[in-house]
Amino acid sequence: MSEQTTKAELAPKGSMVDSRALELAGWLALVAFIIALPFFGSVWALYMGCLVAINVIATVGLNITVGYAGLLSVGHSAFLGVGAYVSALMWIHLGTPLALNIVGGAVAAFLVGLLFGIPALRIKGVYLAIATLAAQYSLYFVFQQWTPVTGGDRGLSLPKIDVFGFGDIGFYFVVAFVALLTTLASRNLFRTRVGRAFIAVRERDYAAEVLGINMVSTKLLAFALGAAYAGAAGALLAAFLRIVNPDQFTLLVSVFFLAAVVVGGRGTTLGSILGAVFMTMMPEFIRFVLEHLAGAEADMAGLLSPLREIIFGALIVGFLIFEPRGLVGLLKRAFGHVEEVEARAEH
Amino acid sequence: MDALALFLEFSLVGFASGGIYVLAGLSFVIVFKSTTIFNFATGEMMMLGTYLFFLFDLQMGFGWMGGLIAALAAAAGVAMLTDRVILRPLIGRPHIVLVMVTFGVASIMRGVAGLIWGPNVRQLTELLPRTPVFLGDILVPGKLAWGFATAGLIALAFMLFYRYSRAGTAIRATATDQITAESLGINIRMVFLLSWGLAGVLTAASGIILGSVNGVTPQLGLVALNVLAVVMLGGMTSVFGVVVAGLFIGWLETIVGAYLGAAWQSFIPYLIVLIVMFVKPTGLFGEQRVERI
Repeated sequence: MSEQTTKAELAPKGSMVDSRALELAGWLALVAFIIALPFFGSVWALYMGCLVAINVIATVGLNITVGYAGLLSVGHSAFLGVGAYVSALMWIHLGTPLALNIVGGAVAAFLVGLLFGIPALRIKGVYLAIATLAAQYSLYFVFQQWTPVTGGDRGLSLPKIDVFGFGDIGFYFVVAFVALLTTLASRNLFRTRVGRAFIAVRERDYAAEVLGINMVSTKLLAFALGAAYAGAAGALLAAFLRIVNPDQFTLLVSVFFLAAVVVGGRGTTLGSILGAVFMTMMPEFIRFVLEHLAGAEADMAGLLSPLREIIFGALIVGFLIFEPRGLVGLLKRAFGHVEEVEARAEH
Repeated sequence: MDALALFLEFSLVGFASGGIYVLAGLSFVIVFKSTTIFNFATGEMMMLGTYLFFLFDLQMGFGWMGGLIAALAAAAGVAMLTDRVILRPLIGRPHIVLVMVTFGVASIMRGVAGLIWGPNVRQLTELLPRTPVFLGDILVPGKLAWGFATAGLIALAFMLFYRYSRAGTAIRATATDQITAESLGINIRMVFLLSWGLAGVLTAASGIILGSVNGVTPQLGLVALNVLAVVMLGGMTSVFGVVVAGLFIGWLETIVGAYLGAAWQSFIPYLIVLIVMFVKPTGLFGEQRVERI
């Protein structure tokens, strides 16, 4: 890692400015697209825009855990669920505004993440994956069985939200704003001491510890931060769909987010955005293809769910074997972009 | 019947259901020991093996004996194919990548089973006799008792193979030290392939025993967490530990389910996993490979 940093600093000034200008242009284009979407797109485009933005938040969060800190979490959707339920309950029982609900959902998911992370992260190895799998099953169980609070299988219904009197478009801008903010925050996190500590722990944990980084608290923070992002995304999802039930937070959804991180490219913010967009659009694409192949009368729901499991799994396996840097790597290859990063060992 | 006899009866039922965990746990351990891959697809391999039995036995009409042989062979084939096609290209890659891949494979297997056989329960041929077995006053349901006997025989055969056969010795040598084993002329890749093949047979056998009691759905793979709890309690690398832990967790689940209710029963695996991680990450009989930080 340190070698790469020095190389980057020694690189000619011109290329640095270029890549920064390119990145700024990219962000500006993204903002312009976000603003333009509701004025030119259909209702469907607005709906998909909200869904993509929510998934971007959750994927960026999982990328902090899996991509940057190198910890495997396979129960991401459970933390979305915590955020969704907590924010919905705050809304129903306390009548708090949306902004506070989002923060509440994020904080709750952060704390639940700590609860599952503390025992697992004190040991080296894949124990976090087991603990998050346990979180996946046990939190689903809680959502489903704690009927007086969570409403059981029927779940919770929420009243319609109206942001600044703009209806759906207003809500879309809120979601897009939160997504932009959290993505920028995650990107800038890796220019700070805390964020770089995540990477250092991923690359060589003992070396990081020698450099004065507390391994356990760094890993815990990386995992709980990912969970907090999921909590915020869950709170927005609850407000967006206006219904929260256990079946939104199954293992399949966790596989979805893991696939989004892997497909986009682990350890890059651009990758998380690309991965979330790709993965959100793909089920729509499958549905479209199926409708044309099998006709509308086919048993869509029965076919779609297993197909998704196959495709999500195959994407994870295929990208890890053939292009570990994900869509970002493919893009770079397509543009003939060769940097030192190419030579960097995989993490 | 007095309370003690009832307790004994629950205990026997519990041990009997623990036999299934032992087989699945052994499959996990053999893969983990020889290849150091943490196999998150263990539960799904159980599920797929059971469906293969259903396919060959009832759908293709091989009869139960032919179906059983075909299913075990096909399950071994699927596992070996997974190793050869998916995991071998990843040798030498970071550990997190290998674990993620098994997770992806699990998802593919769930999807394939759901696509082919649908979400509903499928009943298998009744391989095991229904007539209950009496031990003195104590009654054990026939399927459970015979299932346990079968699982015990398979586990015993596996352990003898692992202990005394040439191939088993090669696996154990690889597990101890891959580089030394290779320099002594052991073909590591064949050992990996063999380990996966054995794992496929063991998971399919445990899945078929489980399925012949309850039927099979694509959700059968969800017992994976119970198996992970067994493996962690036993210590990941210990064959003997898995046998003890499998029987213990089967027993504990039944006792808790009987006296405290089924809702509590579902929390047992998580509790075990948490306690093991807090108290003794090496498990009961594991090697001291696990490091605390």
